[in-house]
Amino acid sequence: MTRLLVLRIVAKILIPFMLMFALYVQFHGDFGPGGGFQAGVIGAAAIVFYALIFGLPAARRMVPEPVVETMVALGVFLYAGVGLLGVALGGNYLDYFVLAADPVAGQHRGIFWVEAGVAITVSGVMLKIFYMFAGRRRDLEEGR
Amino acid sequence: MAVLAVGIALQRNLFAVVVLGGIYSFLMATVLVALDAVDVAMTEASVGAGVSTVLLLGALYLCGAEEARPLARPWLPLAIALVIVGALVYGTLGLPAFSDPQAPIHQHVVPRYLNEALRETGVPNVVTAVLASYRGYDTLGETVVVFTAGIGVIALLRVPRRRDGEPRR
Repeated sequence: MTRLLVLRIVAKILIPFMLMFALYVQFHGDFGPGGGFQAGVIGAAAIVFYALIFGLPAARRMVPEPVVETMVALGVFLYAGVGLLGVALGGNYLDYFVLAADPVAGQHRGIFWVEAGVAITVSGVMLKIFYMFAGRRRDLEEGR
Repeated sequence: MAVLAVGIALQRNLFAVVVLGGIYSFLMATVLVALDAVDVAMTEASVGAGVSTVLLLGALYLCGAEEARPLARPWLPLAIALVIVGALVYGTLGLPAFSDPQAPIHQHVVPRYLNEALRETGVPNVVTAVLASYRGYDTLGETVVVFTAGIGVIALLRVPRRRDGEPRR
């Protein structure tokens, strides 16, 4: 493990910036390039990077599988929920104009939550697929 | 990029193929930046070069890194591929010139998006406005597709729990 010292230190320095960049891409997507999908992938990539350097069990401790599986469904739920909220407030499905008193503010709010849903699902799915592929041999040996 | 594609096709070591594929994705991302499609370039760089490279390496770890020699020379698929390439290149000759403002695709809804998006949604990035608001249904569909892909991988690859009911870890 000692010969991985450089990698471990570089990873520890870089990963906070990667997560920060994911959040930046998420919340700055209204103004610059980016949005939910890119942010979700970058966030998942930071965790994947962590898993590559520190090992899969460490990553699974930090972001446990039940959390990831919940994220997979939660994002779609959030997105569809924003749509239904529009219906409940008297608009059409996925109609953001009714989400706030001011139509433009409503658009802003709708886009924000929809992008959050996309980011949650995308990062959940990416992480889940990575966990599945990377942990398959280990799981097969331990499972039976 | 053409050199890389030929290299990927000829290479027998799958590890090298994965690395070449990552390089290809990064070059593609650069091309997309040059075409002013920064959103797509970010996706290409992070998904194509980042996550999918790692996933392919994970798959290689499971199934070995050497491609089996093909039993027959695949001349027929090569011929079909060349014919399709010829047809596609012939098809591009009929397209309007690159970034021609009079092209049909720029005449339909694009002016409305570009002119009205900021006023209607308050979001300066038109790509985000179109993606999340004007085309909200499509994006919901895409999210469901990603969700379905995740569910499919879980269903296919999940290691079953033991019969006595103990969890697998």
